[in-house]
Amino acid sequence: MSFPDLKQPFVIGSIQTPVGIVPQVSSFLTRKDRVGSFKARLGINRMHYLVEPGLYALGTPNEKSPVMVTANYKMSFDHLRQALTGHNVWILVLDTKGINVWCSAGKGTFGTEELTRRIQSSGLAMVVTHREIILPQLSAPGVAAHEVKKISGFKVIYGPIRAKDLPIFLDAGFKATSEMRVKTFPLRERIVLIPIELWPALKGGFIFSFILFLIAFMWRWGEGWTLALNHALTPVMAILIAIFSGAVLTPILLPWLPGRAFSSKGAWVGIFSSVLFHFFRLALRVKITGHLESIAWFLLIPAVSAFLAMNFTGASTFTSLSGVKKEMRWALPFQIGAGTIGVILWLGSQFFL
Amino acid sequence: MNTLIYLKDVVTLKLDEKKCVACGMCLQVCPHRVFDLNNSSVKIVNRDACMECGACSRNCPTEALSVQSGVGCAAAMIDVLLGRSNSPCCGPKDSENNLAGCTSKPGGCC
Repeated sequence: MSFPDLKQPFVIGSIQTPVGIVPQVSSFLTRKDRVGSFKARLGINRMHYLVEPGLYALGTPNEKSPVMVTANYKMSFDHLRQALTGHNVWILVLDTKGINVWCSAGKGTFGTEELTRRIQSSGLAMVVTHREIILPQLSAPGVAAHEVKKISGFKVIYGPIRAKDLPIFLDAGFKATSEMRVKTFPLRERIVLIPIELWPALKGGFIFSFILFLIAFMWRWGEGWTLALNHALTPVMAILIAIFSGAVLTPILLPWLPGRAFSSKGAWVGIFSSVLFHFFRLALRVKITGHLESIAWFLLIPAVSAFLAMNFTGASTFTSLSGVKKEMRWALPFQIGAGTIGVILWLGSQFFL
Repeated sequence: MNTLIYLKDVVTLKLDEKKCVACGMCLQVCPHRVFDLNNSSVKIVNRDACMECGACSRNCPTEALSVQSGVGCAAAMIDVLLGRSNSPCCGPKDSENNLAGCTSKPGGCC
């Protein structure tokens, strides 16, 4: 038998069981818990935000209390305990390497093997007298309920998708409504996933726009530095607009954009923003540097936007592998083609016009 | 806006009705209401909503369901194309650079 460390910051006490001392946690999240979640959303320390695996007590559970199973990603654990305010339950935390329930289930780390091993090592069969465990529905890609029963004797009951539905599920005698079983992708969820996609895009975009900035600036140096600077800021702005279109606007507007493929959705936003950008430049300066540069941005902005939108498939909750493969087969050559022609036209516009 | 649908007619989901014992487990685990149970048999009623997560086939006690499950994540597939990763996902690799865009997906890196 092994038990999780009592010295973890969210442990508030301990409970004596027939097999040993189990750490006790509360439903109340501290400021530290909230700051940690916020940072993880921004991608800071996201891969090391974890809870020690094993059995925990929430409130004061006894041998008849329900057993909830979760992943050892700290945010998954926090969602679960926060949803169960006022309940007395056991929480069995699996070692999913700090990855959330759905993702680790897909990889199989939240799986039949780890679950049955953890039931064994936590001594669960001696802590509770019943033989039922409640798993989040989204762990089902990794767990075969019938095999768990065969190996451990515990019957797997799939609970609702969202932890917040758990109180109703428990009160209804472990019954989930069909609404509780559907994975949606509401605006709030799309928004919190934006930063994870946005930071790498901005990093790449920064390097790319810096190179274009230098080229444009050096080339116009002879015309006086204010004019050169003015001119060189165009690519920086255009690239920022492209990133904003693909990695921010497209996720927000996802359900309302035309097309099914994410690339199409992103391309439409890109086309719309490049038109806006064009008129913005027309409004700023009467004489535009050259039509070649305008055409270049009409190609580059939609291409970058479509590419970033395509990458958002990984964050979405409804795209299939077969679908993404199919989309990439036509969309990727299109993006690379438009991007390359765009860069060539832009270079041409700098040197020849 | 709770049923977003991806591409049409691409998913690899298959149901062998002869093997199905209509236990209803697939209806419980499917996150997109792909199945329906009537007259004691399971039917695929919303095929295009399937995201190939593999929950149904994993939990089917008679192996009546099959699907080539995987992560519908373009960033992970680009990593594979570029040889940066050999399995189409990222997960808790040694470095942060291996984090492709999969943030909330079965098999993604979250």
